Amino acid sequence: MTRAGLGHQGIAFAVMVAFFAVAPFFVYPVFLMKALCFGLFACAFNLLIGYVGLLSFGHAAFLGSAGYVTAHVAKVWGWPPEAAIVAGVAAAAVLGLAIGALAIRRQGIYFAMTTLALAQMIYFFCLQAPFTHGEDGIQAVPRGRLFGILDLSHTLTLYFVVLAIFLAGFLVIYRTIHSPFGQVLKAIRENEPRAISLGYKADQYKLMAFVLSTALVGLAGGTKALVFQLASLTDVHWTMSGEVVLMTLLGGLGTVFGPVVGAFIVIALENYLAQLGAWVTVVQGAIFVVCVLTFRRGVVGELARLIRRPL
Amino acid sequence: MIPILGIPPQALFGQLLIGLINGSFYALLSLGLAVIFGLLNIINFTHGAQYMMGAFTAWFLLQYVGLGYWWALLIAPIAVGLFGILLERTMLKRLYQLDHLYGLLLTFGLALIIQGLFRNQYGSSGLPYAIPAQLQGGQNLGFMFLPNYRAWVIGFSLVVCLGTWYVVERTRLGSYLRAATENPTLVQAFGINVPRMITLTYGFGVGLAALAGVMAAPIYQVNPLMGGDLIIVVFAVVVIGGMGSIMGSIVTGFGLGVVEGLTKVFYPEASNTVIFVIMALVLLVKPAGLFGRAQ
Repeated sequence: MTRAGLGHQGIAFAVMVAFFAVAPFFVYPVFLMKALCFGLFACAFNLLIGYVGLLSFGHAAFLGSAGYVTAHVAKVWGWPPEAAIVAGVAAAAVLGLAIGALAIRRQGIYFAMTTLALAQMIYFFCLQAPFTHGEDGIQAVPRGRLFGILDLSHTLTLYFVVLAIFLAGFLVIYRTIHSPFGQVLKAIRENEPRAISLGYKADQYKLMAFVLSTALVGLAGGTKALVFQLASLTDVHWTMSGEVVLMTLLGGLGTVFGPVVGAFIVIALENYLAQLGAWVTVVQGAIFVVCVLTFRRGVVGELARLIRRPL
Repeated sequence: MIPILGIPPQALFGQLLIGLINGSFYALLSLGLAVIFGLLNIINFTHGAQYMMGAFTAWFLLQYVGLGYWWALLIAPIAVGLFGILLERTMLKRLYQLDHLYGLLLTFGLALIIQGLFRNQYGSSGLPYAIPAQLQGGQNLGFMFLPNYRAWVIGFSLVVCLGTWYVVERTRLGSYLRAATENPTLVQAFGINVPRMITLTYGFGVGLAALAGVMAAPIYQVNPLMGGDLIIVVFAVVVIGGMGSIMGSIVTGFGLGVVEGLTKVFYPEASNTVIFVIMALVLLVKPAGLFGRAQ
């Protein structure tokens, strides 16, 4: 990473923070919070596909499980929001450790199929387990007071808390990518046998990246459950796993800012197309096809190519 | 009648039969996936949607043209196979030089489009399709009642599976196919038209999915969403079996169907997840899959 590159990413980061700081005064804040949660979800997913080359087709399992755990401890056990979110993160990380340990035993295309199948298993578990309330989900989750001080039922307060959580997660990912650990991950992505021959335990690195990614997905899932006061089967279903792939692909695989942009576009699109029912699926499918055939760099990837700097 | 392990035999054999039926579909679908993957190096996520299209083609033929089940069994695989060939020629062939993951993403997108379009047109409640007159009724075997149509589905899919195995493993055409799977460049150097072979192979795999769809139409209803969840189970079947061997796909498909059926008898809560649990166990013990070769 050159100094000039860092400068560009610094400017881009400042623009992003400024945008999200001003946006709630012009745009419906709940929509923005949704975009932020999905942005973090997509960034965490991108950590795997973009920097380790692992396509997880089961990331919905972690988003949904964290949502259920956060919602359950907040509603039934009466935990404060910060503890509830931590519980969600922990649940997603433990689940990530179990699923990751199994899935990294296969490479490439099999990895994608394995994560998809294991996530489907989690889906059926959530469908049948009593505490998730099946089709109803966990409704009316209390938002509570953060650290006993900040009243999260106030929308703008909640918005800036969500923004802080998003930025924290984003910076963790940014730091990870640009650390020696991140360099090893990229080495494994480029040439796994070579990384192994250099003495790196590729499987351990992959598993650590997987758990980090799922923990951050858990952060997004737990936060989302508090924002919408709801944890439901939608978040565990495989369509959600597909959606996060779409966001990341559209924004730009392996770019720092791409997933945020992709999430924003996809959420906005769903918002406007919501009345059209199944057409949303058709449009999403069409975006997939167009992206794969002609637009593999994604929005931010193309932008980065224009200014010849990594973004 | 004597209960076996505390289960009445009617229930046991009934579920075993359902297991074999599901197993037939798993076998046909995972076989198609394996053949396609062997040559194209693409995991065909559209497989579930193409299975659904097979069922719908049968329904269209009956509804608008008046052609019954037997014609559908012939026409639907050809029609959907041609549609597959069109997809391969226009889209998939651009991806052969890229990472395999792009093939998965493209076919996933295509599956979303196809399923979305059918859902817009036909809702998600399902359309009935009658069992053909020749196969109505059933046989009383003494220990259970065997509906003729279900016997036919199991028998016919076995024949199709074994036929495919014979063509791939025992004929000259199959030897070209296997050679091209190993080293397409070399096979092309011998004057065999590999790109055409790839196209036809994709069409054939898709045709198998459509055939399974026609056979499924009278058992399950014709439903735009019928392939969506099934394909994930089939992926698990493929991970368990490994895609290296045709016979492996067939045995794994039928075997897992039976295991799933038995789970419904002994521990129904786990019947949805048993295949995924088996997949996790296989990954622990033999990561390459039961019949797969280590990469």
